[in-house]
Amino acid sequence: MTHRDGLADPVRFVEDRTGAAPLLRKGLRYLFPDHWSFLLGEVALYCFVVLIATGIYLALFFEPSTADTVYHGAYAPLRGTHMSEAYKSAVDLSFGVKSGLLLRQTHHWAADLFVAAIVVHLLRVFFTGAFRRPRELTYVIGVLMLIVALLEGYLGYSLVDDLLSGMGLAIGYGVAESIPLIGGNFAQLIWGAPYPGTGAFESRMYIAHVLLFPGLLAVLIGGHLALIASRHHTQFKADRRASEGTLVGVPAFPGQAGRSVGLLFVVAAVLVALGGLIQINPIWQWGPYELALGTNGAQPDWYLGWLIGALRLMPGFDVTIGSFTLIPGPFWGGILFPGIVFVVLLAFPWLERRVTGDRRRHNVLQRPREAPGRTAFGAAFAVWVFLIFVAGSADRMTVFLGLPYVSQVWFYRVLVWVLPVVLFFVVRRWCTALLRAEAIEALQHEAEEEAVISRPAGAASQVR
Amino acid sequence: MNLLRALAGWVMLRLLARFSRGSGRLPEDRPRIVAPQPPHPRAEGLAVGLLLLAAVSGVLFVVLYALEASTQLLGLALAGALLAIGVALVVLAKRVLPTEQLAEPFPEPDPEQADEVAQIVRESGDGLTRKKLLLAAGGAAGCALGAAAVAPALSLGPLLDTDPLYKTPWRRGVRLVDAHNEPVRADDIEPAAFYTAFPEGASKELLGAPLVVVRLAAADLRLPRERVGWAPGGILAFSKICTHAGCAVALYRSPLYDPTEPDPALVCPCHYSTFNPATGGEVIFGPAGRPLPQLPLMIGRDGVLRSAGDFSGPVGPSWSGVRSRRPT
Amino acid sequence: MRRRLAILAGLLVLAPAPAAADPPPIVRPIGSEQGTPQQRGSELFAANCATCHGSRGEGVKPGRGALGATGVAGAGPSLLGVGALAPDFYLTTGYMPLGRPGDQPVRARQRFHADEVRALTTYVASLGRGGPAIPPSAVGEGNVARGLESFSQHCAGCHQVVGQGGVVTGAKAPPLQHATPRQVREAVRIGPYVMPRFSTRAISAAELDDLVAYVHDAQAPKDAGGWGINHIGPFPEGIVTWLMGMVVLVASCVLIGSRLRS
Repeated sequence: MTHRDGLADPVRFVEDRTGAAPLLRKGLRYLFPDHWSFLLGEVALYCFVVLIATGIYLALFFEPSTADTVYHGAYAPLRGTHMSEAYKSAVDLSFGVKSGLLLRQTHHWAADLFVAAIVVHLLRVFFTGAFRRPRELTYVIGVLMLIVALLEGYLGYSLVDDLLSGMGLAIGYGVAESIPLIGGNFAQLIWGAPYPGTGAFESRMYIAHVLLFPGLLAVLIGGHLALIASRHHTQFKADRRASEGTLVGVPAFPGQAGRSVGLLFVVAAVLVALGGLIQINPIWQWGPYELALGTNGAQPDWYLGWLIGALRLMPGFDVTIGSFTLIPGPFWGGILFPGIVFVVLLAFPWLERRVTGDRRRHNVLQRPREAPGRTAFGAAFAVWVFLIFVAGSADRMTVFLGLPYVSQVWFYRVLVWVLPVVLFFVVRRWCTALLRAEAIEALQHEAEEEAVISRPAGAASQVR
Repeated sequence: MNLLRALAGWVMLRLLARFSRGSGRLPEDRPRIVAPQPPHPRAEGLAVGLLLLAAVSGVLFVVLYALEASTQLLGLALAGALLAIGVALVVLAKRVLPTEQLAEPFPEPDPEQADEVAQIVRESGDGLTRKKLLLAAGGAAGCALGAAAVAPALSLGPLLDTDPLYKTPWRRGVRLVDAHNEPVRADDIEPAAFYTAFPEGASKELLGAPLVVVRLAAADLRLPRERVGWAPGGILAFSKICTHAGCAVALYRSPLYDPTEPDPALVCPCHYSTFNPATGGEVIFGPAGRPLPQLPLMIGRDGVLRSAGDFSGPVGPSWSGVRSRRPT
Repeated sequence: MRRRLAILAGLLVLAPAPAAADPPPIVRPIGSEQGTPQQRGSELFAANCATCHGSRGEGVKPGRGALGATGVAGAGPSLLGVGALAPDFYLTTGYMPLGRPGDQPVRARQRFHADEVRALTTYVASLGRGGPAIPPSAVGEGNVARGLESFSQHCAGCHQVVGQGGVVTGAKAPPLQHATPRQVREAVRIGPYVMPRFSTRAISAAELDDLVAYVHDAQAPKDAGGWGINHIGPFPEGIVTWLMGMVVLVASCVLIGSRLRS
């Protein structure tokens, strides 16, 4: 008995022309291990989707030019003010273009949450040992994406040419100049001339922000996902069947697809809600940038807060040989510090292998306590970066709480070295204590079971 | 990725179902692939309701857009539509569609095939007698072409020339003007105030252009010996660009009652580098590595402040070699 | 949790050290309600201000003053010739009386009653010849756009471009959220604590009107984008990103995915 089927026909049509059926068949039943924390990476991916969608709209209205113009638009407090075309078009986008402000704010929130989601995802991957063989490349691509995302976000913040943009760019220029030996030349190469650079610099940022870096991110995302699909997700030992050799999960279709696409819409909804309800980067309030202007409390977006913290904490210290300056100060906080953080992150799978000597393939995740050394190091390292990040907000703490700025700086200068070291030992101890408690519990449990088994059969079954 | 592929596949199938004609037949007695799922009419109804809500919300967004409604209303309408779809999908996936936990072996590496790949490459080169030379030549060609490809990028800026970094628009005799191009008269500079000045006739957007000008009591000055005469009447001019990271030194700390309050200082709002104007711009706090460059001043016959030369050091953030030369 | 506790503990350790001394209680001489404003002012001045500013407002150098009510030796600038403008500013902002000479005055509840402020102002203005009068209280006809330009040039470095306050090494630049137009006009001319002082040559009366118009506008700026979260940009935005955005998104993940069953 057969019957006509509205689905079978088109599938056969496709298979006949493309031979895609085996791939589709496999794809539909691709297994996703089921744990909420495996969705964190997807959150980042969906933020990226929203960034692209909103970014395309914004690009239709934004004018990447530093040419001088006078504002006569809808926002009264800026009328008659000299500004760049870039800034003017961004203000017009916020006040003159219907729904333009919604898109601009959604774009900015999406950027902030994109990086936040990447960081949370990275923490999950790190502390569960998901980066171990055979997934080191997936992990490395992930960290590279974080770096590109930071640069991409910085460019977006800088393009608009409001007061905060300009101050941020000045710092970027200062940091670029601080690269030993080649910095002065390098900064001029990028900016085209001493800061604020030639007019072409705005175009350079623009093409990098709307094409080069998003393209790079898209390629890296493709590689990241392809590697995941090829080596499969890791899994927690949640199901009795799950093991290093056996993957237990929910098929992509229909169960997982519905959740995942549902999550896409939820993420988009959260970003649009933030974009509509909570004001972000009100550039019309900052005013246009001029070289000679500055505002107190100038901060970068949160994901560069750790760098401003490092720049502020570092005492003025240039390495000079005679009258030759070898290493200018901003190098320490602006380049060396993030350099160390990213090199450690990128090299970590191999560093850990050197320490543990573990070269096996791993598909089952560890709970943080099961790798006390890694967990302790990770916690100390994360807290080190986090404290420097917090130090970047010391100036606002002065305003809000009245804590003197200079004392705070000295407090953090000590704390960022002391607390991570203390934390390393505390966390390692804590992990081993948890493990020992578990082992004792397991032994007791075993002893009880033995007691049950040693009884007569009838009594044992009664217990069950 | 698989998931997107699966979704795209499903959408495509639906579309194709309308356009394609054929005679595909499925035997009815094939074993099931997907686990059976009991119906859940309430959840299904909820999903339908949510999707309709999304439709209403979407239309509402278009209406609000046409009415030029506020960003808040627009955001709520669009977010509402998105959220309703998202929740509907999750409800469907969790309650109505089958969710089964299946087990399958993890993919294993295939060392056999990997070795064969290496073998193919190795054997293909059997006919080559001067492999190393060939590789070297190939490498040379590759590097050269790479260099050729990168070379045009050097046009971006002056690569081997740090001269522009030392250039400033200040020359002996250049008058100081304010933001509106009005000349700055020495009499206008009052103690406890601070002023921004620029070189007359030059762009204000040059790194070396902006000055911060303050006046201290001549008795309080402790300038280095070689800067005697740089501050006529106690008027001091410094580059307004911080030597740490290039922000504008836009803060002037000026005590109202000297005996109990902090001394005068110029502060950068980016990283709070703090400079002492009395000692010629020395760093007294913060991350800056060089003093704020001071510009020697003189008062012209017209009473207008003029520069008496160039800065005491290069302006702006430091680079390797910054201390090797004086600005020109 | 642990690390947050540690930070909190650290901040607590920091907090008490530099706290400003409590302002001294106001002394109201018996019978001071009677008499002319000049007499009342002189009595209130002698009771509350003279320790630091001298019995005739001539000022007191550090280490030369008598012990005050709080047992602290007074020190403070001369008030001769400051006019009515300065006392009006310091008393209506609650800056004076100050708990300890040398402390940065911070905005507080006005300590004297309105009629006492009038009396003190009259008295202090009479101490020296001339001196500026109290400026107008109305916002006036200033141009907000020019005010923003002027504000970013003269004020934003310390007070932040939307007037949210900021940091100067060794001091705090107060937020301007509660500054009245009159107080803004006064502060610009006085330069309280470590603030620069701007005469009419540096900032003309018309420019000051623009500034006042801008500060007034910035106290309730146009928040077209929704909730203004303090108008200082990335700092509160980062807090919203993590404490609202990420919390909601992680919660969504927990609801959509499953929890680990073990």
